[in-house]
Amino acid sequence: MNQEMIAAIVAEIVRQLQRTGNVELPSQPEPPSEPPREKEFEDITSPACRAQPLVDHPEDPEALARMMKRTTARIGVGRAGPRLKTRTLLTLRADHAQARDAVFADVNPAVLEETHLFSIQTLCQDKNTYVTRPDLGRQLSPKAVETLRANCVKNPDVQIYAADGLSTTAIEANLSKILPVITQSLEKMGLTVGTPFYLRFGRVGSEEHVAEVLGAKVVCVLIGERPGLATAESMSAYIAYNAYVGMPESKRTVVSNIHKNGTAAVEAGAYVAEVIAKILEQKASGVDLVK
Amino acid sequence: MADILSVGIDIGTSTTQLVFSRITMENTTGYFSVPRVSIVEKAVIYKSPVLLTPLTTPVLIDGQAIRDIVADQYRQAGFTPQDVDTGAVIITGESARKENAAAVLEQLSGFAGEFVVSTAGPDLESIIAGKGSGAFQYSLDNACATVNLDIGGGTTNLVLFDSGSVVSKGCLDIGGRLIRLRPDRTVERVSPAAQAVAQAVGVTLTPGQPAALEELTKITDKMAELLAQALYLLPQEPLLRAIQTPESTWLDLEGRKIHRICFSGGVADCMAGDFPDPIPYGDIGVLLGRSIASGLLAKTIPAIQGTETIRATVVGAGTYTTTISGSTITYARELFPLKNIPALKLSPPEQDRCFAGESAPLAEQIRWFLDQSSADRLILALPGRADPSYGELQHLASSLAQALDQALPPGAPALVVLEQDIAKALGLLLEDALAGRRKVACIDGIQVEQGDYVDLGRPVMNGLVIPVVVKTLLFG
Repeated sequence: MNQEMIAAIVAEIVRQLQRTGNVELPSQPEPPSEPPREKEFEDITSPACRAQPLVDHPEDPEALARMMKRTTARIGVGRAGPRLKTRTLLTLRADHAQARDAVFADVNPAVLEETHLFSIQTLCQDKNTYVTRPDLGRQLSPKAVETLRANCVKNPDVQIYAADGLSTTAIEANLSKILPVITQSLEKMGLTVGTPFYLRFGRVGSEEHVAEVLGAKVVCVLIGERPGLATAESMSAYIAYNAYVGMPESKRTVVSNIHKNGTAAVEAGAYVAEVIAKILEQKASGVDLVK
Repeated sequence: MADILSVGIDIGTSTTQLVFSRITMENTTGYFSVPRVSIVEKAVIYKSPVLLTPLTTPVLIDGQAIRDIVADQYRQAGFTPQDVDTGAVIITGESARKENAAAVLEQLSGFAGEFVVSTAGPDLESIIAGKGSGAFQYSLDNACATVNLDIGGGTTNLVLFDSGSVVSKGCLDIGGRLIRLRPDRTVERVSPAAQAVAQAVGVTLTPGQPAALEELTKITDKMAELLAQALYLLPQEPLLRAIQTPESTWLDLEGRKIHRICFSGGVADCMAGDFPDPIPYGDIGVLLGRSIASGLLAKTIPAIQGTETIRATVVGAGTYTTTISGSTITYARELFPLKNIPALKLSPPEQDRCFAGESAPLAEQIRWFLDQSSADRLILALPGRADPSYGELQHLASSLAQALDQALPPGAPALVVLEQDIAKALGLLLEDALAGRRKVACIDGIQVEQGDYVDLGRPVMNGLVIPVVVKTLLFG
């Protein structure tokens, strides 16, 4: 901005002041009458907010609402010029933040208390190591091995445990619902179920090590799946018969998509128990299992 | 993948038809998820000709002759009753519904396959016709509100679908054969509903007397106007209530705008066809078709071409009455097949009480229900809860078990149907709670309303799912 322009602007302001006759001096900022209530801010990640169409002047608003109801994809969001609207961008970032939180947060100790699980750890010391060193996330620490030997039933038919994987949110949302269903269903079938526990910084491949340490016929890890932008609560059960370190991936059976908008945790639990029984009966898992 | 063979038999006021369909099921989820079996294809593999319904009197069906027709059509199609897994016999007509049903059932029982159900009731027919005509699929594919009018000989069945779900249904005594004429155009028979309409437009029809074309047109124009009233295009007059089919409900748009209209039934063919003779079938079918085609209804709402017209009801009966349960369920195999189980539906507050561990109100409700429907067993229909906790589910199971033990005769099975996908977990807990005192069948993915009757077939797809038919009315 050059001198000339500034002079022109000042002259214009002075002219307006002369015309209205009063000069409004910048006053003291008014003290806030009351603190802003949380209610005034909409939760843009809530289902109600997501359902609002952002297209300006839609041709057929009803049809748009119906289409939006049929998909979780971000349709009907309109645009600002060639770009996303601010609100769409903020929703995306909020969803991404939830996904990051799911990966990096630690599981709430209350969940472990509720399910009576003790905690052990892999060779990873922190999340950064966990994320960057998948190999370490598959091996139990020497202390963990010791704890398992001291606390767990040996050579059970089935060993179930939970691991954070890439979403602690998934563990918090589903574990207390799924664990008792699986355990009780298996016990009802007359199978011995090992002492359950929680493995921090654990990957799917940790189940081979766990199975070897405890001598379990079948091992089942309930693990948080890598969160997407649709849900951070998705859990899977990876199950293997006679697992050993170095076992091919094809020997694993998986039940995925366990969350409130997928298969409800209690229902998935009943199904997982049935699959485990089938695995024991056929003495096979993964691609060898005839479903 | 698995196939079941389904038969549909529609015995109407004027015509009788039969179709065989093959229903194909498949597990549509990948190898890595909880299975979800869906019906992936429904193919009509045999259609009978449109046959005249044999009658002993103007309103009574000749059961023996129907039996012969059905037997002959089975032979023509190359199937035996043992080949048939499921299906429906539908009996329609403006009068003598119950007597006809009894006669037909007696003749067809044990003939049309083991799991063939006989369903009727004007409301269910409306839905079946709307599914058979293609209106249902259109509303699903185009995510819009589509109304289907199945205009037959005796009744017009109305149904409104929105995005593939049933919003409302109804039935009116408006049809092409309500007035029958002799070749010399004298009146042979006038149904009470047609008489009421005639009276309203100041026309007197007397059997044996000649009927003028203009007078008949006046009547069919009024019928077309009444249909427009039923769809709320015009203010509804008391006459509309007078011609409502007994035991049908009143069509309610629930504030929706109708995007498309679809016509099926025999009169739909009369709307488009070129008929030099206005009375080619000895009735008012063609006149009614013309009145509707030139009336307010056809002018106001854009029409779609259905996939079936006169065969809509029979195709719907053969292909859409059987659904399948969810794929994670609990059951004792020896229970099936189960037929004609009356459903007691729990409202959300009633269900909440069970979740809270109260069993006494439910036990009382069950006793009352058994007494009312003079049945010795029932199926409990619950909405269920999405993603319940283990504790919640345990409470529900123990409340249900206690109530059933208190109110059901010893040994009667514990039958539960849920809308939410939680039946496997609940069923296992229910088995625990009943400790072998009763056999359990707990299925989900099915919507059942109060007063419906449910048929459960033998498990298919390696025992993953159960074929289910939900009926709204049973013959006495």
